[in-house]
Amino acid sequence: MSGCSGVQSALAPAGEEAVAIYRLLLLMVVGGTLIWLAVMGLLLHAARRRSARWTAQEAGRLILFGGVAFPVVVLLALLAYAVWLMPAIRPWFARQATKPEMIEVTGEQFWWRIRYPAGGGMPAFETANEMRLPVGERVTFSLEAADVIHSFWIPALGGKMDMIPGRTNTLSLLPTKTGVFRAPCAEFCGTAHALMAFSVIVMEPADYSAWRRAQTAGNRSGGSEGERLFAHHGCAGCHGIRGLTPPASLGPDLTFFGQRQTVGAGTLANTRENVTRFIRNPAAVKPGAKMPAFDMLPDEDIADIAEYLVALE
Amino acid sequence: MRLIPKEIESLWTLFTAPTIWALHFLVCYITAAIYCAKAGAAPFSFEAMRLALGTVTVAALAGIALSAFLAWRQWGFGSGDPPHDEPTRKDRMLFQGFATLLLSGLSFVAVLFVSVPLVFIGTCQP
Repeated sequence: MSGCSGVQSALAPAGEEAVAIYRLLLLMVVGGTLIWLAVMGLLLHAARRRSARWTAQEAGRLILFGGVAFPVVVLLALLAYAVWLMPAIRPWFARQATKPEMIEVTGEQFWWRIRYPAGGGMPAFETANEMRLPVGERVTFSLEAADVIHSFWIPALGGKMDMIPGRTNTLSLLPTKTGVFRAPCAEFCGTAHALMAFSVIVMEPADYSAWRRAQTAGNRSGGSEGERLFAHHGCAGCHGIRGLTPPASLGPDLTFFGQRQTVGAGTLANTRENVTRFIRNPAAVKPGAKMPAFDMLPDEDIADIAEYLVALE
Repeated sequence: MRLIPKEIESLWTLFTAPTIWALHFLVCYITAAIYCAKAGAAPFSFEAMRLALGTVTVAALAGIALSAFLAWRQWGFGSGDPPHDEPTRKDRMLFQGFATLLLSGLSFVAVLFVSVPLVFIGTCQP
């Protein structure tokens, strides 16, 4: 059952909302199995060859209790449980009263723009395709879409919520375990839908604060050849690197790119070879990717840029 | 003067309970939807709305219970067993009464199910 314990599984909950959903699933599966066994038992009983005949009155009573009263009570109990559970799956918060600091996530074809709000004396900043969260602290997301409908889903932390162009949806989650999780886009959004995912890293609060501080400051110039080529070949026209390039917002922000788990929004592992492949021809590894191919650049230049990007830590 | 007529001879008695169910459903969902969409604009609290819908629910259940009683009476209080399939006026009456009784039961349970969120939902979700 390797699929049930991985980084992208609702069966290995690591957040309060995911635990509530998991319990509901367990209850439904166990309850459904018991009812199925009971019905099959009755069926076998009815099909027995030498069973004594039931009188019409007995059969009527069985239909009344087994076919009417029992389902009504079971369905009422299940409905009550599910409605009672709703606040645990979708926590409510008074938006006007204490406006919680929301992490803004925007779904774009085919990546995730992530904006952290100002907080703790630190200004807001933008990143992409990877988010870090402190364990044991409730986070609220403000979800939007730039082009088509996407859906935000971190199976290990909770249920999914659609991202709809022109609308802002909110979702609140409470991670309870540290770890690295994968969050796929859960609404078909185009050619590279299956290759649109982000990583979620749940960390201890102290580590999280340190990461946040570093993110705010941005990268520092190392004066490498790759850094020069990144600007020279126009990469910075779409991709921003805080501290080094003017802000650019067409493509994913690449600040501290080397820290990220993946390249191409969950498409490939973040290695120098994979970054090289991606720069040379993004559509070859991620069909539908909007970034054009840069296979006209000399191989050495691509290698230098890749080297530079994976070293941005 | 009798409170309840001695005999009601109309196909409409058959639909009374499901009609009450439909109206109750609409009243509950439309009221809650408008109240929450216009968050804060209504001059009464969520609790007051919940109470009002609770009253509507009790009234709906009472209406369905009355319909069930009338149907039970029309069915002769269960004096004869179904199926009432003889081509006679009496059997037609009994069949209609029995069908109405079953529909009333279904509507009663449905109204109960529709009102379950009233018990558990305490606020609008933003």
